[in-house]
Amino acid sequence: MNIFGWLNDQVLRMQWLSDLVTAGVAAVGLDPTSRVGSVQFFVYDVIKIFILLSVLIFAISWIQSFFPPERTRRILGGRSGLWANTLAALLGTITPFCSCSSIPIFIGFTAAGLPLAITFSFLISSPLVDLASVILLASIFNWSIALAYVAVGLVVAIVGGTLIGRAGMEDQVAAFVRTVPVQDNDHALTRGERLAFARAQVVEIIHRVWPYVLIGVGIGAAIHNWVPAEIITALLGQDNWWSVPLATLIGIPMYADIFGTLPIAEALVGKGVGLGTVLAFMMAVTALSLPSIIMLKRVVSIRLLMLFLAVVTGGILGIGVLFNAITPWFI
Amino acid sequence: MIIKILGSGCRKCVALGENAKAAAAAAGKEAEIVKVTDIAQIAGYGVMSTPGLVIDEKLVSAGKVLTAEEIGRLL
Repeated sequence: MNIFGWLNDQVLRMQWLSDLVTAGVAAVGLDPTSRVGSVQFFVYDVIKIFILLSVLIFAISWIQSFFPPERTRRILGGRSGLWANTLAALLGTITPFCSCSSIPIFIGFTAAGLPLAITFSFLISSPLVDLASVILLASIFNWSIALAYVAVGLVVAIVGGTLIGRAGMEDQVAAFVRTVPVQDNDHALTRGERLAFARAQVVEIIHRVWPYVLIGVGIGAAIHNWVPAEIITALLGQDNWWSVPLATLIGIPMYADIFGTLPIAEALVGKGVGLGTVLAFMMAVTALSLPSIIMLKRVVSIRLLMLFLAVVTGGILGIGVLFNAITPWFI
Repeated sequence: MIIKILGSGCRKCVALGENAKAAAAAAGKEAEIVKVTDIAQIAGYGVMSTPGLVIDEKLVSAGKVLTAEEIGRLL
């Protein structure tokens, strides 16, 4: 086995932890291959996700501390065209996780005169693709899937933003947005302040997402050991034309972090659900949720909101179908 | 004085509000703590990351949970 493969298995996928938990479960008299084996899935996944989350959030918050929204706005200011959309989508991957901050950012960008095309590229990419989710995807599946996820996520953000820009709806934004003062409240941070910020982010985010992770892993464990594969494939199997739309529709109103949806995705793929169907589900959960739609309604007209929903939903459906078609390349 | 906490009710906003209350008490100042949760009003202060802290209508911090000592220095 090569070094890279070994590092991937032991550090990222934590094979040692899986073996340890399997041995532990067997030691207390449970058969890991039976139905109660879901205990193994649950314990292993919970420990793995929390270890990875803590390390990743710390590292990524450190990087993010160099890109507060004010700086991103300055970088994007005065740009337009496809390259600007690409830049906005890329910057979206390194900004804070919480979708609750996306509305103040929308207002701040629009007030500064950034075109809707750029702002929406940023807003779509921000919850959809972030560095932590990429590394978690690599941990649960493999690197080609993780990188493919990033690539298609960025494409949805770039194309989606461009389409929204083309629709000429600059006047469909709530009037107060244009009157908001544009201030640069950021300032250069010291190394100590970055460390403190990264540490605070770890505590804050773990505090916020742990129930979702437990619920997600719980559902994943139940699917993994309790639900017969035939039922899952009958509902979401690759042969059904409705699998991708169904997964997307279930995912849209759900509000959860990508960290909570990954264990469900893992269990579904294990039961033979197409990769595209699973990715569509994950993207629908993270990119669109009822709370964020309700928040967005406060600042844009219903027409622009509908266009946004249609563009993102269309992009997710397209990705799902595409990935199901090309899955053999990845697994 | 009036201290406003800008934020849509997240955990950080609650923490910042408590620190502000403690800071005012420690400084022996009469302060009214107001929670601003309306997104239009929050945006009106030019804030892009919450929670924000406003002292007598002046924005003094955004996107950070200041400690009571840090707030005390701003009062």
